[in-house]
Amino acid sequence: MSDVAVIGASMTQFGRREGEWVLDLLAEAGEACLDDAGVGPDDVEHLYVSNMASGEFEGMTGVMNALAHDLSVLPAYTQRVDQTSSSGGAGIYAAWQSVASGASDMTLLVGGEKMTHRSTAEATDVIASITHPVEYKHGLTLPSFAGLTARHYLERFDAPRESLAHVAVKNHENGTRNPHAQFRKEIDLETALESPMVADPLRLYDFCPITDGSAALMFCPEEVAREYTDDYATVAGVAGATDTLVVHERADPTTMGGVVESGREAYEMAGYGPEDVDVAELHDMFTILEFLQMEGLDLAEKGEAWKMAMDGETAMDGPLPINTSGGLKSKGHPLGASGVAQGYEIYRQLVGGAGERQVDAEVGLACNVGGFGNCVITTLMEAA
Amino acid sequence: MMEAYRYADGSITYPGHPIGPDGSEPVGTVDLSEYTAEVITWTTSHSTPPGVRSPNTIAIVEFDVEGTPVRAIGGVTTDGVETGDTVRPVYVEELREPGAGIREPESQEWDGYRFEPVE
Repeated sequence: MSDVAVIGASMTQFGRREGEWVLDLLAEAGEACLDDAGVGPDDVEHLYVSNMASGEFEGMTGVMNALAHDLSVLPAYTQRVDQTSSSGGAGIYAAWQSVASGASDMTLLVGGEKMTHRSTAEATDVIASITHPVEYKHGLTLPSFAGLTARHYLERFDAPRESLAHVAVKNHENGTRNPHAQFRKEIDLETALESPMVADPLRLYDFCPITDGSAALMFCPEEVAREYTDDYATVAGVAGATDTLVVHERADPTTMGGVVESGREAYEMAGYGPEDVDVAELHDMFTILEFLQMEGLDLAEKGEAWKMAMDGETAMDGPLPINTSGGLKSKGHPLGASGVAQGYEIYRQLVGGAGERQVDAEVGLACNVGGFGNCVITTLMEAA
Repeated sequence: MMEAYRYADGSITYPGHPIGPDGSEPVGTVDLSEYTAEVITWTTSHSTPPGVRSPNTIAIVEFDVEGTPVRAIGGVTTDGVETGDTVRPVYVEELREPGAGIREPESQEWDGYRFEPVE
């Protein structure tokens, strides 16, 4: 089995991309990734497209074939990867498998979603369509699951409401350093705590926005990588796991089994433990999810992540910087792109190309969550 | 009927599944509407999707079925509910407007139970 390297990465501007559709966004990121990696279209053997719902959002299906044609990577094998919000992470897993197995010597992964042409209510409903019928008929949405979980966490661990606002403030501050982020403005605690209520006790600034955008990564065997560059990262560990679809059937509402299991397997594959992680991108679709993933991945003790957030331990200059990109919270969350964009940030950090966001890192972790923890991919990368 | 499935190992889930948590097939059903439950957590959603009441207060509750805990989720009939409150299921003919959302109206049922606080 080959060691798998990442030799190039790209991401588009995230935000509202008027007049541009999913294929435009995918093509923009795909072309930029080819350029960044110095790889010609003829060299691409596999193309994976991470996308959750282009059919539901804009009536466009078969995006992987369309993208292959637009990028002239024919006759590369193509496949669309849908794992809801973790489609990007699942794309990393698929790309890693394609190279590690020997099936491909050059795999391009592009993730993207076009969402902002829909109203918030419509987009929320497309995302909520993943829920079980007994949940859907009650009007359950992903934000409402977050509200239910946040209340339980705060009450059970005696955590102050302000601790969640610290996550929002931190990730917005990080986002100001990311030129691709949807929001590049700092907020203060008061702003977060007084913003409109969305799903009690969570307010507007506890939630990520609706976003258009795309991101891409280029994978190849490590021996091939050396032909292209000295500055690359390797996939040290990657694993996926699934939890109950029905959220209330979980024994502990504050534990996402998919996070725990995918993290455990990824650590085992990499030979690293949580103490080795220098920088992490976590799926902060809602502020509470940053705490749940920190604890599920053993980056924090159970019920203690909120203290680390309030103490600044997860800030850019803290001992464990989390979401240096601004996270989904500030950077934006174009569903199929988000996991790939997490990989983009970790790759940039490991090769020393993160600009103003650069931290000292040899090992990075990305955790991409689908649904409300229904499916999760955890990836560990290390600098070459 | 608020139908939960009982499995061979004695566990009960709502909703039921063709294969239970222990890997066995269901051996019977339980009507949760005959029981009261305790509120585990709740939220009030102020940004609801098409066809859903606004605001929408929702709770995760836990029933005690002869010593076996069974959790369920659903809307609450009132705005006022607290963790630890006791509630009972109340039948509602249409929980959400079928056809207003993305899901095919004929693909699922739209009646069910909301939870009413017990004084």
